[in-house]
Amino acid sequence: MALLEIQNVTRRFGDFTAVDNVSIGIEAGEFFTLLGPSGCGKTTLLRMIAGFDLPDGGRVSLNGEDLAGRPPERRPMRMVFQSYALFPHMTVEGNVAFPLQMAKTPAAEIGAKIAAALEDVRLQGFGKRYPHELSGGQKQRVALGRALVTHPAVLLLDEPLAALDAKLREEMQIELINLQKEVGITFVYVTHDQTEALALSHRIAVMNKGRVEQLDAPSKIYGFPRTRFVADFIGQCNLFSGPVAASGNGLVTVDVPALGPVRVATDSKLAPGRPATIALRPEKIRIEATAPADTPDNHYRGTVADLLYMGDVTVYRVATPGGMRVEALLANSQSGRAKFFEVGDAVEMSWSVEAGHFIEE
Amino acid sequence: MKPKSISAATRPRVGKWLVTGPPLAYLLLFFAIPSLIMVLASFRTPGEFGGLAPLFEEGRLDLNLDSYVRFFSESIYAQIFAKSVWYALATTLFCLALAYPLAALIAKSGRRYRDLLLLLVILPFWSNFLIRVYAWMIILGPNAALARTVNGVLAWFGHEPVPLLFSSFAVLVCLVYVHLPFMVLPLYANLEKHDQALLDAAQDLGANAWQRFWRITFPLSLPGVYAGAALVFIPALGIFAIPDILGGPEDSLIGNVIKQQFLETRDWPFGSVLSIVLTIAALFLAVLAAWVARGNLGTPSSVKAARA
Repeated sequence: MALLEIQNVTRRFGDFTAVDNVSIGIEAGEFFTLLGPSGCGKTTLLRMIAGFDLPDGGRVSLNGEDLAGRPPERRPMRMVFQSYALFPHMTVEGNVAFPLQMAKTPAAEIGAKIAAALEDVRLQGFGKRYPHELSGGQKQRVALGRALVTHPAVLLLDEPLAALDAKLREEMQIELINLQKEVGITFVYVTHDQTEALALSHRIAVMNKGRVEQLDAPSKIYGFPRTRFVADFIGQCNLFSGPVAASGNGLVTVDVPALGPVRVATDSKLAPGRPATIALRPEKIRIEATAPADTPDNHYRGTVADLLYMGDVTVYRVATPGGMRVEALLANSQSGRAKFFEVGDAVEMSWSVEAGHFIEE
Repeated sequence: MKPKSISAATRPRVGKWLVTGPPLAYLLLFFAIPSLIMVLASFRTPGEFGGLAPLFEEGRLDLNLDSYVRFFSESIYAQIFAKSVWYALATTLFCLALAYPLAALIAKSGRRYRDLLLLLVILPFWSNFLIRVYAWMIILGPNAALARTVNGVLAWFGHEPVPLLFSSFAVLVCLVYVHLPFMVLPLYANLEKHDQALLDAAQDLGANAWQRFWRITFPLSLPGVYAGAALVFIPALGIFAIPDILGGPEDSLIGNVIKQQFLETRDWPFGSVLSIVLTIAALFLAVLAAWVARGNLGTPSSVKAARA
């Protein structure tokens, strides 16, 4: 049995169902992420785990014990708030000492525990400072240290990096990964940022409209999205939809209007005529100026309609004769030039049957 | 080029004087100069029929310390002073105890009720101060329902009836009633800005309702408490109308003695001395409160946090 069990949890606000029959099991020591757009129910679910909100149906249990009767102050979990919620009238030490004092820790032990927690979050020497004297990243670390000092069973993080600038966010992501490894505490992380989720998590639950669309490891979520929503939400993705033209022998051909038949490797035995979608990541598409020498599984012609030079890569939007826009991404490092093609260039696109991912509708 | 830059530099200065000049002139004319006149009067000799004796007597300046000597040698005035401080302190504490829950309730209620409740708090200001004080004479009068009920209960237990009016009780009740809004408003202004996330965090970190109040809400509300305490304590210290109207002979406070010196005994220098001592005492306590609020009892950030 998992450490934290969320079983058939539902939460309604009037007519709106914020969390719709969600079941998730989170294992001890796991870095688990709830990912989704705003309003998908991820924060509501987190608040129900913390105890600030109660489910209308279903149950949340820790180590097999139903938490329904326990208010937040009596749950062995700690939450890191998006706004940090540091106590402004207390020093860093005072903030970190607070949960220890609430837990009636003997005064003699408090000093050593504060020191250990501040070391964990690399804030030695900042104990006497007040929150308003700290930078955003330092405040974030105090919030983490304060939440971890009592060694809770689970740490809940509500978009903890959202208020930081991009560079600092990346730094804190690495620190979070290391910290989680070090303390071995289960992290439940809420974010709307898919790169953050992919970078940090052992497993991700992608949520949409109160439901879990897919629960998987990051590489599975990215490489094998189960639904159209997941494919679209996680990273950039070309979605080719149309009726199935033929299937069998581990191969399905989808008749995509404005592009043509697209072949994809899949075990699906969807009958011809049924609607389906092929998800194809932009980086899996090959673009060349002349027709490829070999005979690729999928091969189309087009012209470069737009391009976005991003430094390390260039994103091309290729228009097909049928009027479809296909997004392709090329690393710039291979060229020696800033970019391969200009707007208006005729190009040949190709990809293998393994490159795409088949989604039944 | 040069004249233009000078005029550009002087224009904001002229604007600044236009804005700050009138209030400064007002304060100079109606506060600073009268205060200096009062200080001067405290060193002069009372006139034979009230007022002040001439400043120049037989060609020499008539200034003396007689009134100060009198204040420090007759213990009755120190006693009245102590009693006034005690009444003002009690008023402040009762106001705080009543205003805090009220301010917290208003700060927590929804937009619509909040405005209505605030309106109710300041509604008493719409009627005259003296009328409101006189109203207490009726409420506390011997034939009013309140006195009859209280004395009925006392008689049941075999006690003598007690008068409610013309007593310390009446003075204190009315002092608290009159000053309550001055405590509610700064407390509300402070509590209204508190961040709910801090209370959520405290609860998440294991604090129960009482600990959340005592460790988070109350320390963060201290600037509001100090502001309210100053707004209640200082006027309560000098008040004379309420003891005059509702108090007994024992309830004479420093304000009453000052009024007496000017209007009845007609000893202006001694009245001035009492006023100066009262002003210094009020000033001293205000400075003390500000000093405490700046973080010598709380923390420096409690002030900043509440202002942020």
